Amino acid sequence: MSDQQKNRYELNKQLAQMLKGGVIMDVTTPEQAKIAETAGACAVMALERIPADIRAAGGVSRMSDPKMIKGIQEAVSIPVMAKCRIGHFVEAQILEAIEIDYIDESEVLSPADDKYHIDKTRFQVPFVCGARDLGEALRRIAEGASMIRTKGEPGTGDVVQAVRHMRTMNAEIRRIQNLRDDELFEAAKQLEVPIDLLRYVHENGKLPVVNFAAGGVATPADAALMMQLGAEGVFVGSGIFKSGNPEKRAAAIVQAVTNYTDAKLIAELSEDLGEAMVGINEQEIALIMEERGK
Amino acid sequence: MTIAVLALQGAFLEHERALKKLGVDFFEIRQAADLTTPFDGLILPGGESTVMGKLLHELHLFVPLKKKIQAGLPVFGTCAGLILLAGEVIGGSVHFGTMDISVRRNAYGRQLNSFYTEAPFEGIGTVPMTFIRAPYIASVSGDTRILARADGHIVAAIQKNQIVTAFHPELNDDLRIHQYFLDSIRARTTVSNSNL
Repeated sequence: MSDQQKNRYELNKQLAQMLKGGVIMDVTTPEQAKIAETAGACAVMALERIPADIRAAGGVSRMSDPKMIKGIQEAVSIPVMAKCRIGHFVEAQILEAIEIDYIDESEVLSPADDKYHIDKTRFQVPFVCGARDLGEALRRIAEGASMIRTKGEPGTGDVVQAVRHMRTMNAEIRRIQNLRDDELFEAAKQLEVPIDLLRYVHENGKLPVVNFAAGGVATPADAALMMQLGAEGVFVGSGIFKSGNPEKRAAAIVQAVTNYTDAKLIAELSEDLGEAMVGINEQEIALIMEERGK
Repeated sequence: MTIAVLALQGAFLEHERALKKLGVDFFEIRQAADLTTPFDGLILPGGESTVMGKLLHELHLFVPLKKKIQAGLPVFGTCAGLILLAGEVIGGSVHFGTMDISVRRNAYGRQLNSFYTEAPFEGIGTVPMTFIRAPYIASVSGDTRILARADGHIVAAIQKNQIVTAFHPELNDDLRIHQYFLDSIRARTTVSNSNL
């Protein structure tokens, strides 16, 4: 990596640091983006259909229309993210060309490549990627991701997978921390990750980039649960605009993330939120998005 | 000396790390109940000013903190923290509005235009400066003094008890600007004691 690339990668990791303690919300229109910004979103994810609708519609799901994304960029002053398909580096080039603030190489869309992820080191704009465990997280970081999120199971309103992924990742981090130095080589081999990234985890007890929770977060309590489990912030996808009162629910989730250990406050925030998204259980879904991109 | 760090959203842990290295006591402000602990200075970190501005009101922190700043509480705002203090915000809303500066929000554009540079800071020397979707100070008025310029724009200033930077000293290992803030608190305490 050249000095200039290293510098750019640092700046991209640092933007994720600024998002910490915040909520990133999925939006499909400029109006929704404004609602999200007003409710206290620290960034928005611009996409044509939220994961619950992608799930319902079926078929191939692709990057959104750049015109629609630009409309959202013009509507709000906070960072705007957008999704491209796993491995689809031309969709990523397009998103970079319209100066997106963060690209999500996302399992929510249909993968364009069943073997290779995007070489994210070749881009100036930052990438966030989903991961279910430490191995996936460090492989994505090796490819150039400057932020990680749990995959969860998007569009279900069911938080169980996000919980599993966050617990798995943090349990593995604790295990790596406790290894002897000379045991790290074997661990790197088993996890299929570069030794230098594993050494960072061993020494610091955390990922080298910011780690958010995503997938199935639907209530202030869900968001606070993920924060107490060690997430540094939360993505909320279908949970907001598939609910009865998006403004109120969004604002409540934002406050719950800031004061995630204050049960009394979260109790107040959870009152009268209207109907939560209906959601579907793990056993009821046909399409397992978390299996995409390992 | 005890410093309070506004911990509603953003990079507050990075400021806490700097304070820890400097051996200063600190605690986080996340809700009104936290204000019962006495403190000598306040840090407003980087993050999203829209988020912090909204949460300040919802969590009933806005009025008490504004009163404290107006009464002379030493405060150090970085990036979003600078926007919170600015009396005029181009491309955004005024929050505390306690400092005589006009600020342009997202002045450099989107993340592609975030950058790192080094430039002189008054009384310190050349310091590292990390700008992330940063604002800059378009103009200063009253008794506000410019502390640093970079790339032709004003990026740091001081007015009595308020110090602001458009960049993020908390993201680098250089502790001199945090030290500068702590020194300014000590100097103010000495002055107010000698006036007794």
